[in-house]
Amino acid sequence: MTRRSVAVEAYKEGLPALSASLVGGLLAGVVLGGMRSDLQTVDGLLVLVPALLATRGNVYGSLGARLATALHQGLLEPRVSEADDKLLRAVAAAIANGLLASVFAAVVATLALAGLGRASAGLLTFATIAVVAGLLSGLALSATVVLVVFAGYRRGYNPDTLVGPIVTTAGDVFGIAALLIAVRSVVAVLGGG
Amino acid sequence: MPTDWTIRAITRAMLPVLLVLTVIEIGSGLVLGTFEGDLLRYPSLLILVPVTIGTAGNLGSILAARLSTAFHLGTLSFSAEDDMLAGNALATVALALTVFPVIGLGAWGLAVLTGGAKLAAGTVVFVAVSSGAVLAVLAVVVTAIATYAAYRRGLDPDDVVIPVVTNTCDVLGVVVLFAVVTVVVP
Repeated sequence: MTRRSVAVEAYKEGLPALSASLVGGLLAGVVLGGMRSDLQTVDGLLVLVPALLATRGNVYGSLGARLATALHQGLLEPRVSEADDKLLRAVAAAIANGLLASVFAAVVATLALAGLGRASAGLLTFATIAVVAGLLSGLALSATVVLVVFAGYRRGYNPDTLVGPIVTTAGDVFGIAALLIAVRSVVAVLGGG
Repeated sequence: MPTDWTIRAITRAMLPVLLVLTVIEIGSGLVLGTFEGDLLRYPSLLILVPVTIGTAGNLGSILAARLSTAFHLGTLSFSAEDDMLAGNALATVALALTVFPVIGLGAWGLAVLTGGAKLAAGTVVFVAVSSGAVLAVLAVVVTAIATYAAYRRGLDPDDVVIPVVTNTCDVLGVVVLFAVVTVVVP
């Protein structure tokens, strides 16, 4: 293949996924834009945002890849009604790891903000927000990934190529939306930092 | 099957990498925190944050997936003359120059719709496109280095390169956006 044909093929293959994530990213941006007062109420919250969003992508991207591989190998039936313990365990592991990473992010953010002498809402607030947001986005993303990968596979799409765009798009939107709900409910209960 | 489907086995395979990546992402959060004032003042810039991070990460992950496959098929050699490498690098830059103008305009338009943009459309588009161009070049460099490093260490690029590249590009997305905003926005 010539350099030009490689470039053209790579461009055509990349554009749909990038366009999907562009829409998700902008929607997430609008929600984040609407959180300006929350960002001011909870000092240091912005520091957590990239870590929480990336955790969604890493954990549920991995869940999607795992499901795609198992479908290819015929180890999993692409129907939720016929789901066995295996599927439940994979989803439970994803949510558990997402929660662990989120709480870890809260701890690291608290330590880093303290070390740098920057304003911080404190570990309790950060960790509670991280857990609530991780749980909400985890449930929404698990359901989305499982349903879309199964439905796509039954309709003859390659689940491997579905996973990336779904997870980046849904991950950004659900990730930020869950953060918004978590911050508002935690601030209502615990008060601002 | 690579790992058993038990919660313990999945966690053992995933958690260590996840925790390292989390620390890296907190680093990018700290950079984001240093220009929180600008982001709160200009809603269009705050809207740009997730989409810039996400697109930078995706540019990297798409390229990494393609280079990993080419590497497995034996059609990749690590030289600047290599058509596979150069063609993919070119496509990455072209993709960035296609989507980032839309991102800039979209962020500005959404800021107008949701309470008002304080920056001119041209400024937001310029911030997006110049960040995108720099990020595309960085994504190529990071992906090439990561794929080469995995190859030299005998690791499967599929396992290592995609998460490392995606998260590194996430962080670079914030750093580059910060640098561009500092230079461009008064």
